[in-house]
Amino acid sequence: MAEKGATQEKIPRQPMPEQKPEIRRRNFDEVPLGLSPEAAKLEAKRCLQCKKPACVAGCPVGVDIPKFIYCIREGDFKQSIRSLWTRNSLPAVCGRVCPQESQCEGSCIVGKSGKPVAIGNLERFAADYERLQGTGELPPKQKPTGKKVAVVGSGPSGLTVAGDLVLKGHDVTLFEAFHKPGGVLVYGIPEFRLPKDIVFSEVGFLEKLGVKLEVNAVVGRIVSVDELFEQGFDAVYLGVGAGLPQFLNIPGENLIGVLSANEYLTRTNLMKAYRYPEYDTPIPRGKDVVVFGAGNVAMDSARTAMRLGADRVRVVYRRSRQEMPARAAEIHHAEEEGIEFFLLTSPVRFLGNEKGRLIGVECLKMELGEPDESGRRRPVPIEGSEFQMDCDLAVVAVGAGANPLLTQTTEGLQLNKRGYIVADPETGKTTKKGVWAGGDIVTGSATVILAMGAGRKAADSIHKYLTWGW
Amino acid sequence: MFKIVKREEMAEGTVILNEIEAPLIARKAKPGQFVILKATEEGERIPLTMADTDNERGTITIIYMVVGKSTATFRDLKIGDGYQDIIGPLGKPTHLEKVGNVVCVGGGTGVAVLHPITRALKEVGNHVTCIIGARTKSLLILEDQMRAASHDLRICTDDGSYGHHGFVTEVLKEVLEAGDKHLVVAIGPVPMMKFVSKMTAEYNVKTIVSLNPIMVDGTGMCGGCRVSIGGETKFACVDGPEFDGHQVDYDELMKRLQAYGEDEKAHYEHHCRLQGR
Repeated sequence: MAEKGATQEKIPRQPMPEQKPEIRRRNFDEVPLGLSPEAAKLEAKRCLQCKKPACVAGCPVGVDIPKFIYCIREGDFKQSIRSLWTRNSLPAVCGRVCPQESQCEGSCIVGKSGKPVAIGNLERFAADYERLQGTGELPPKQKPTGKKVAVVGSGPSGLTVAGDLVLKGHDVTLFEAFHKPGGVLVYGIPEFRLPKDIVFSEVGFLEKLGVKLEVNAVVGRIVSVDELFEQGFDAVYLGVGAGLPQFLNIPGENLIGVLSANEYLTRTNLMKAYRYPEYDTPIPRGKDVVVFGAGNVAMDSARTAMRLGADRVRVVYRRSRQEMPARAAEIHHAEEEGIEFFLLTSPVRFLGNEKGRLIGVECLKMELGEPDESGRRRPVPIEGSEFQMDCDLAVVAVGAGANPLLTQTTEGLQLNKRGYIVADPETGKTTKKGVWAGGDIVTGSATVILAMGAGRKAADSIHKYLTWGW
Repeated sequence: MFKIVKREEMAEGTVILNEIEAPLIARKAKPGQFVILKATEEGERIPLTMADTDNERGTITIIYMVVGKSTATFRDLKIGDGYQDIIGPLGKPTHLEKVGNVVCVGGGTGVAVLHPITRALKEVGNHVTCIIGARTKSLLILEDQMRAASHDLRICTDDGSYGHHGFVTEVLKEVLEAGDKHLVVAIGPVPMMKFVSKMTAEYNVKTIVSLNPIMVDGTGMCGGCRVSIGGETKFACVDGPEFDGHQVDYDELMKRLQAYGEDEKAHYEHHCRLQGR
């Protein structure tokens, strides 16, 4: 044992090669470049192969982390990805966007006395290796059950449900409102964090497994949930996300140049406006950009603005650095790229010119008062601290709400007072027979992996229902 | 792909009609609703209110004016070609009810959107007067169809080449003066809807307008289509596209429609040069 421990100490955590900040801040290519097979094998050797792995307990979908890492260590990359697939149908995505520091890596024993094993980077490596150099061999599938499942929304939770159920032999159809599948993975998360080809490849993998995909299908408009049952579906999963942008509700918000982060990112990512005029969708290319909010979506918006040629990008947040909800790595990347942070600052009104275009925003300085219902110290305005920031583009990234389009057209579905679907946290069952829900439309805006975790539980419950009944 | 089965040019080739195979949309669509169309992989998502739907043929009809690069790309599509993506039906349908005497006012390609609404309002038992206008006679569209869809059709041209010499609002004033009107539906260029609403407010006649702001998803997700209605922000894609004409902030809408004006002009001119037009 002593010898084994000694070996592990000698190997430092393998650094992820990255594009240099001064280069990447002006392009949309992915920031981390991926581990080489040699670096991956070396990193895999750092894993202690714990008998009771804390990392697995920290994973919302329960990936057998020691096993897939052991396979990498042994150079058996094919077996590594197969092991991952049994618990996670989107490893290339999760390896990139999961908050590992607060999940698997946050629980890693190696991390107690040093840097944790780079589980996310290794997961990404296994998935990328399979995609680029793998055998393309599909995992085994159970024989057809003859049961039909409709999955509404092709974001992370919907894709997980589809992947799990198709492997169990069910006939799965994915319905997507946009013209491309992937949900937030495609319209929301930028190319430099998650290349879209990777998402399409993961969806393509599900299609190879037999999942049918219907794009341009706004369920609630072109077909109702009840009509899906009439068409012969035995179960319906609703994973439509929290796609209703929240605004600041301050004067001047309808000036040209004030966009929701949803619109700004959808134009850039889904519509590829960053390649305008090669692509037809335009995007405002602000020179002096202000982003409101401090979550991952705000970081994505700020870094996008920099890549679209801004001279200056400022993130304005009413609380302090400690309360910023974005992942530490995202904040770090943004700072490296020259994004400035204006903390304890709150917007009061937008200012425009005679053409209705944004020219600035008036803000107030804040200080932290007593804790509020969220347990965070409430920001309180400092009287007389008004000041003006010039800007020609403002992106509002202060959260999203429940989009009522589907829920309002579905009878028998209980909603909470904020419009989210009420579902059993253990099974995803809603109050409507045969209907499950999960992801942001149940919890409100959260992470990709939590949505996938909800999808996993719902898929298990749907499978039980299709086998034994409600 | 959504195949074009019929194509017509109107108004000296500036306005195009496409009848498109989209059986699932045709089955559900109601007057007043819109679709979003994207012609190619690189294309933009363009919202257009449907001019007609035919459940038996499984088709929808759109009528649009060529105003920029995207609609110029649409124009290049022939019968047998198709749109890569069509999403719909979107938005709330027109509220159809027998209210009595209705006046439908249309300008430019707004007449195309007005046509199925006019027909439906007549079908539910209203007496429908229609006023349609264009800059000049050759740019007027759907005259025969609008005559069939209404009880009384009035025509205006800005240059006097056909019908009343002047704006639709002048004829509307006569119609309103003549007596009891219960509802006005106005669809056309924003200034037309603004002035119609201003006039009907004076006569205290309820007025519905259909708005077509800049939009991306059409499902309430981006908020790009926000309009101020009675001082409140609404999303035209899910709360509309029809609103109480007396509550709309038209000046804000006109400005917001210019958000990408310069980009679009350059993009269109570049496209026209490439096409040798």
